[in-house]
Amino acid sequence: MHLHFLDPYQHRASPVHALDARVKFVLTLAFILTASLTPVAAWPVYILLLAVILSVEILSGLGVGYVLKRSALALSFVLAALPVIFTIQGQTLFTLPIGAWTLTASVEGLERFVSVALKSWLSVQAAIVLAASTRFPELLQAMRAVGIPRLLAAMFGLMWRYLFVLVDEAMRLMRARAARSGRGTEAGSRSGGSVAWRARVAGGMAGSLFLRAFERSDRIYVAMLSRGYDGEVRALPLPPFTGAGRLSLAAGLAFLGLLLIFGIAFWG
Amino acid sequence: MHHSIEIEHLSFSYPDGHPALRDVSLHIAPGEKVALVGPNGAGKSTFLLHLNGILPAPAAKLPVTGQGQVTVCGLPVGQKTLGRVRAAVGLVFQNPDDQLFSPTVFDDVAFGPLYQGLDRADVERRVTSALAAVRMDGYARRVSHHLSAGEKKRIAIATVLSMEPEILALDEPTAGLDPRARRALINLLRDLPMTMLVSTHDLALVRDLLPRMVIMDEGKIVADGPTDGLMKDGELLEAHGLERPA
Repeated sequence: MHLHFLDPYQHRASPVHALDARVKFVLTLAFILTASLTPVAAWPVYILLLAVILSVEILSGLGVGYVLKRSALALSFVLAALPVIFTIQGQTLFTLPIGAWTLTASVEGLERFVSVALKSWLSVQAAIVLAASTRFPELLQAMRAVGIPRLLAAMFGLMWRYLFVLVDEAMRLMRARAARSGRGTEAGSRSGGSVAWRARVAGGMAGSLFLRAFERSDRIYVAMLSRGYDGEVRALPLPPFTGAGRLSLAAGLAFLGLLLIFGIAFWG
Repeated sequence: MHHSIEIEHLSFSYPDGHPALRDVSLHIAPGEKVALVGPNGAGKSTFLLHLNGILPAPAAKLPVTGQGQVTVCGLPVGQKTLGRVRAAVGLVFQNPDDQLFSPTVFDDVAFGPLYQGLDRADVERRVTSALAAVRMDGYARRVSHHLSAGEKKRIAIATVLSMEPEILALDEPTAGLDPRARRALINLLRDLPMTMLVSTHDLALVRDLLPRMVIMDEGKIVADGPTDGLMKDGELLEAHGLERPA
């Protein structure tokens, strides 16, 4: 048995999926950069960015619903931005007395908070579309193409490869525990053991998982050595860049650049 | 003409002092297909690691003790010849999840040729022919994790075939395979022309495929001869944890 749910890639026949991974990677980074550099409360720019990402979602065949469900991940970042409502000075919106303290919410603070929330929501959506429309090996190639060191890219690759193996291993351990977690037939006997005992079992499982991972890394290294690995990370040269790829990259970057200039010029 | 594999008085102990190989000597001629059998812990895997110079770990400065001389394809295995030795001996590990460490099948099969310093066209040619040899054409872009055990095993063999080795050393190739995948693997191995040393518990495979049999126990070679002859000696097999196939 093995698990597929960790792999975010969703296969569809769409122009977004077919686009060169390097173009997608750079444009996603540019989109996130544009979203984060756009000044606070530049609402029209946010709406345009949202329109862009929604169109890409529809074009990719993933569907808006799929991406929006996963973009709930951004909520945790939004929570971290909550205090700015009260820490930024400005026109008073309301006051909140907590014991001896009074928290004063300002209009400027609220604007900042909503901007941060929108920015992180947009960025997370872009990242989700990238991960769902690009196979991981192609993403690794794209990382190499934009100059991420080969060793780092190779480490990402190994991590991705063995994450699945490790999850499978953990599932097997848990299944083995579940298979032996029976209940006594005597009436009134309590099954499951004490909390401390169960904690000890869980600790043992974590330790055994660590040891297995450690031993596996040793065996992988030996397998690499036996095929000539000498500490240097080598890879084939990247495939050439097509005219269509170049064109979509230039068009995308130009559009995002315009949006950013527009935002900074009017609201900066 | 040199032997494919020449081992003279090889002994080896692990860092904990446990002796794994004791005075092993073995000669294998080019093109010979040899089985290496014996109970668990007999030292078979340790022995295979010596063929590739993985043990005794020369660079790691581990307190391992090894004596004797290993020569493959006329090359004495040592620090200076490691690169050539590893290109000459294709070692296929027991667990394909250890052997297949790259994101895609292509990357894995291309790994060996890339480290041999071949150019792009040659690497691609090697990958195509290695995948064809294990009858897995069209799998190049697949992700290793999503393959079945039998498919992984065949890809693992392709990862060393792409290095065009003179010797193929396989560790338990049929372990964990269903009968059909096992049969397909045996047919595949039969078609490969290179010198072969197969460590296994699968005596039916030995009988079908490997005319010479070496029995190892407690780090020593206890018998070496034609498979037909040794298979008849039920007592010998039983004494070393083996069972005659039906």
